[in-house]
Amino acid sequence: MSKVKLATVWLDGCSGCHMSFLDMDERILEIAARVEVVYSPLVDLKEFPADVDVTIVEGGVSSEEDLHKIRMVRSRTKLLIALGDCAVTSNVPGMRNTFKVDDVMKRAYFENADLKQQVPCEVIPRLLPRTRPVHEIVPVDVFLPGCPPPADVIFGALVSLLDGTTPDLSATRFGR
Amino acid sequence: MISIEDLSQISQTEREAKDAIPHQINVCVAASCLSLQSDKVKEALEKEVEARGKKDCCKVRGVGCLGLCAAGPLVAVEKEKVLYHGVTPADAPDIVDALGAGPVARIQGNLDAPFFARQQKIVLENCGRIDPERIEEYIAADGYLALVDTLTAMTPIGVVQQVTRSGLRGRGGAGYPTGLKWATVNKSQGTKKYVICNGDEGDPGAFMDRAVLESDPHRILEGMALAGYAVGAQQGFVYVRAEYPLAIKRLKLAIRQAERMGLLGASIGGTTFSFSVDLRLGAGAFVCGEETALIASVEGGRGTPRPRPPYPAESGLWGYPTLINNVETLANIPTILRNGPEWFAKIGTAKSRGTKVFALAGAITNTGLIEVPMGMPLREIIFDIGGGVPDGKAFKAVQTGGPSGGCIPESGLDMPCDYESLAKLGSIMGSGGMIVMDETSSMVDVAKFFMEFCMDESCGKCVPCRVGTAQMHELLRQISAGEATARELALLEHLCDVVKSTSLCGLGQSAPNPVLSTLHYFRDEYESKIAAGEAAAAGHAAAHAAPAGGAA
Amino acid sequence: MSSRPSAKPAAPAPSSKVKTLTIDDRLVSAREDESILDAARDNGIQIPTLCNLDGLTPVGACRLCMVEVKGSSRLFASCVTMVGEGMEVVTDSERLQKYRKTIVELLFSERNHVCAVCVSNGHCELQNLAQTLGVTHLTVPYRNPKLPVDASHERFVNDHNRCVLCQRCVRVCGEVEGAHTWDINGRGIGARVITDLNQPWGSSETCTGCGKCVQVCPTGALTEKGKSVREMSKRTRFLPYLTMMREDRSE
Repeated sequence: MSKVKLATVWLDGCSGCHMSFLDMDERILEIAARVEVVYSPLVDLKEFPADVDVTIVEGGVSSEEDLHKIRMVRSRTKLLIALGDCAVTSNVPGMRNTFKVDDVMKRAYFENADLKQQVPCEVIPRLLPRTRPVHEIVPVDVFLPGCPPPADVIFGALVSLLDGTTPDLSATRFGR
Repeated sequence: MISIEDLSQISQTEREAKDAIPHQINVCVAASCLSLQSDKVKEALEKEVEARGKKDCCKVRGVGCLGLCAAGPLVAVEKEKVLYHGVTPADAPDIVDALGAGPVARIQGNLDAPFFARQQKIVLENCGRIDPERIEEYIAADGYLALVDTLTAMTPIGVVQQVTRSGLRGRGGAGYPTGLKWATVNKSQGTKKYVICNGDEGDPGAFMDRAVLESDPHRILEGMALAGYAVGAQQGFVYVRAEYPLAIKRLKLAIRQAERMGLLGASIGGTTFSFSVDLRLGAGAFVCGEETALIASVEGGRGTPRPRPPYPAESGLWGYPTLINNVETLANIPTILRNGPEWFAKIGTAKSRGTKVFALAGAITNTGLIEVPMGMPLREIIFDIGGGVPDGKAFKAVQTGGPSGGCIPESGLDMPCDYESLAKLGSIMGSGGMIVMDETSSMVDVAKFFMEFCMDESCGKCVPCRVGTAQMHELLRQISAGEATARELALLEHLCDVVKSTSLCGLGQSAPNPVLSTLHYFRDEYESKIAAGEAAAAGHAAAHAAPAGGAA
Repeated sequence: MSSRPSAKPAAPAPSSKVKTLTIDDRLVSAREDESILDAARDNGIQIPTLCNLDGLTPVGACRLCMVEVKGSSRLFASCVTMVGEGMEVVTDSERLQKYRKTIVELLFSERNHVCAVCVSNGHCELQNLAQTLGVTHLTVPYRNPKLPVDASHERFVNDHNRCVLCQRCVRVCGEVEGAHTWDINGRGIGARVITDLNQPWGSSETCTGCGKCVQVCPTGALTEKGKSVREMSKRTRFLPYLTMMREDRSE
């Protein structure tokens, strides 16, 4: 039996969900035995492959790059897992949603900057009007809320999905 | 103390005075014509009559609604049976010239047209015939006869039985049997009881109650006093929306006149029955048409509904048994008691007795107020009486029951217009607003309009109505703008179900109706919008899905 | 509106009758003046609620406690529906679960509930409801309204971003404390809890500073100052005792 191709990506988040993923400690070997990690910020692969079985996405959709990335990921992935509150609810990155983008930029790069007050436009992707949860942009198959979701829940959910059963999510919730 | 004899004396004096003047010119001074400056027309006519020294043989009066609001300002020359439409102050000399010499053809309306000929008036019988600011004219039209007669000749339970036998059903929307409601309040135990007249007419495009209150306010007072006698209440409240200043002014005047004549107040007609009426003004909340919210508002609290039971009939205003009837319901009462329940029951259909007042609005030639027997097919109402859709456009749908009702397409037009048939068509009778839409109307936008109304008017007490209507409105906006996909449409349908099933009061429970009925009859319009949205979404997805080396 | 004389919880009349009914296929008995919700809880059957709180007049606002009653296609808010003889109540059908989930979603979408950074994280009734009802994400879009925070009171904070308009603060202040500092302003989606006539809480002349509103608030909307994320836990259990003591004294 060929291994399941697993990818992980992060959008607008703090990488805490990826840390929680790693928090499953030695159990990660159990997962590793059953999957092939084909793309992840945790490993050094530059290109997102064309036929991924499972992608875990952390973070909300905040910028034009996020938008492009999640649409591309979705089109190349069979099963998409939204991991953590930023991906599921837009969470902390979404706290800017009640403000206008211009006001947010002004606050960050002018009012709170002493030197070189300017809005970066060359290297930083432009912000979307609002940060949105992943499922408002593309269909999501599994939701794992939590900030971050506990390692046990992530581990349990992955094992269930690999076994072809429905994951038990009762041990996690928004915020946690 | 006023007696039947006193009433007939007033009536006779009034009629004699009227007969002594050969020409009566009636100018509509209800809100629609007034907004077209019918008061100026009245002034010009008065001046003209005065200038020609015709004051002895011609009288100019302000009267209530003549019905054909689309053609206002309306002027009727009573004895000659001539109706003038679109009258301006400049027409005054011609109208006065024409008295007794044949009508002014230029502005003459056709009183034999179906708009007038096919109507049957009970509630509106005095509208446009009497001066609403003079109690004598109401009395001359047999007003207060039923009250004084009933107080001396019938027991309260006898009155309830009469109303029950008439088969009258509530005209506010739900069609609850009026007799049953009266009987319940009559039987309820309470050291005090109240009667409330619900004049918080709020449906967009509805102006039935306004016309009655402006044109014939005494009819409501008489109906309320009769209701008070029947259920054992001594105090009544008329709850009118503050947006009806003319109705309020005329009601206030009417209450004062009736009190002065002993037709309201202590020992009416020399009996032991006392009944006073006070006004309460609504502060512009649609939800206050809901009876428990209305009661909260009359009590001086925030106008929000509370769960029922207990029903107001059992525990209403300040916890006392309370009868709440709509303006039109109460307007039927004096006539029913005067002419007898059997007479009333013969009008209309088996389950919906009597007549119904409708306010015709939207894409219809004869915008205005009509009263027809229950059961008249919608087609007859819209095309014969209403004159059909103007500008050669095709009929598309009619919305009955306002934001709580539904859209009925062409295929439903031959159904008789009664409570049951309208419900079968996915709409409701409601209070009588009828908004006609022509082929240019987008039904998604119609649903969006009504949803916006419900969202704005939700009181915010219960979650499904407060947030659900706002979410449904946003979804309808997205669909209308071609930004939505099948997912949004499915979500909209789901929210309709949730809001309908779980909301606290009628506002929320019926808020999805315009969406549900347009989805039922005009689903293709939603689907073509969705198709546009799907195409746009597919375009976005494709743009990003194209393998772009090292994009991630 | 919340202090209707007729709606005040009356002391049980000695003659009150006992009704027998079925809740989720279990035969239970209850006093005729008991709600379906109370009867269910007395028998260990949990129905989710949010606006309801023991000791306050039920308002039937959140609609989470709705149940099915056999023989009626309508649903009934169990907190304000009295038991009836022979009633057959279903508290947990697929349909009810679906509606409850959507209602919780609507609440999350209405304002800006960011659990991760909330002082009430871990002690929040809305958060718990989402978990027990299995709301893992929202199918309705977030509305992201711009809402103020009133921190003018020296000891308490009112954060409208987290308010669910359950009216517990309004009721506890009016019915128990007797101050009626709180009320609701505006309507529909624009409704807000306010202090006095929409004045800053800190300048309220009626607020006694008792803090009951803070303790009964189910979310992090009304909180004590100086609490950090997760630090605000509420105490609501004092209410029934308070009511009980008062009743005893009046007898």
